[in-house]
Amino acid sequence: MPLLIAFVAALLMSAGISYSQMIDPYKVLGFLTLNRNWDPSLVLVMAAALAVYSVGFWLFVGKDKPFFADNFNLPNKKDLDKPLVFGAMLFGIGWGLVGYCPGPALAAISSGSSATLVFVASMVAGWFISRKLAI
Amino acid sequence: MENFTPVESVIGGALIGLGALLLFIGSGRIAGISGIVSAALFNRQGRLWRLAFVLGILAGPLLVSALVPGFSYATPTLGWQVIVAGVLVGIGTGWGSGCTSGHGICGVSRLSPRSIVATLIFMLSGMLVATLLH
Repeated sequence: MPLLIAFVAALLMSAGISYSQMIDPYKVLGFLTLNRNWDPSLVLVMAAALAVYSVGFWLFVGKDKPFFADNFNLPNKKDLDKPLVFGAMLFGIGWGLVGYCPGPALAAISSGSSATLVFVASMVAGWFISRKLAI
Repeated sequence: MENFTPVESVIGGALIGLGALLLFIGSGRIAGISGIVSAALFNRQGRLWRLAFVLGILAGPLLVSALVPGFSYATPTLGWQVIVAGVLVGIGTGWGSGCTSGHGICGVSRLSPRSIVATLIFMLSGMLVATLLH
């Protein structure tokens, strides 16, 4: 059951990323680039996702445990440390450079685009570096 | 605002929220794409469900193209910036413990201070770089 849930959850998320066109880096750059053609679509994507998730989350979070696991597994870090701030900044710079964040880039692998594959390979290398090189 | 697609945005966003919610209600986990996929690659423990998650991410656009006639999307042009951006997104989401899904949707919904701060920072730095370059 956990495997099916993980697959269907990711399938829904990725279908949403695709249908909303957030899989298209130029669509995302249309939001990140502040000019006369500014495209607010990403705001609505985030707002709809936040509305659905937050209502469900806060209705469910008081329960003893999830349906198909023994306990909740939530991040409990509270401090705004250097890796968080510096990491988010680097992520934003990369995001603004090409218009890909991890979900859309991974979803677009099946396009076979060489640029997408190079981006994903570089991102995996970046994950590896972040694990080896703590700040 | 000629490129604004409100209907697709709301439907797509709701699907993203629904998928993330399913992982929380079913498995009690935060649907952070960067965290789950990188752990599927680099951690031995808990690899199987994470690989199932990766398969779901890969299958999403195939499902949409089967259901929505004429669905297509653009991909970037290959160049040095693709490599630089990929490495920055990897290191940044690794150090920052999350991306648009884990911080931006799940964390902000949970009112996590770390996620709210991270989301503000990557939105602002993304806008700054994109606006300066494009």
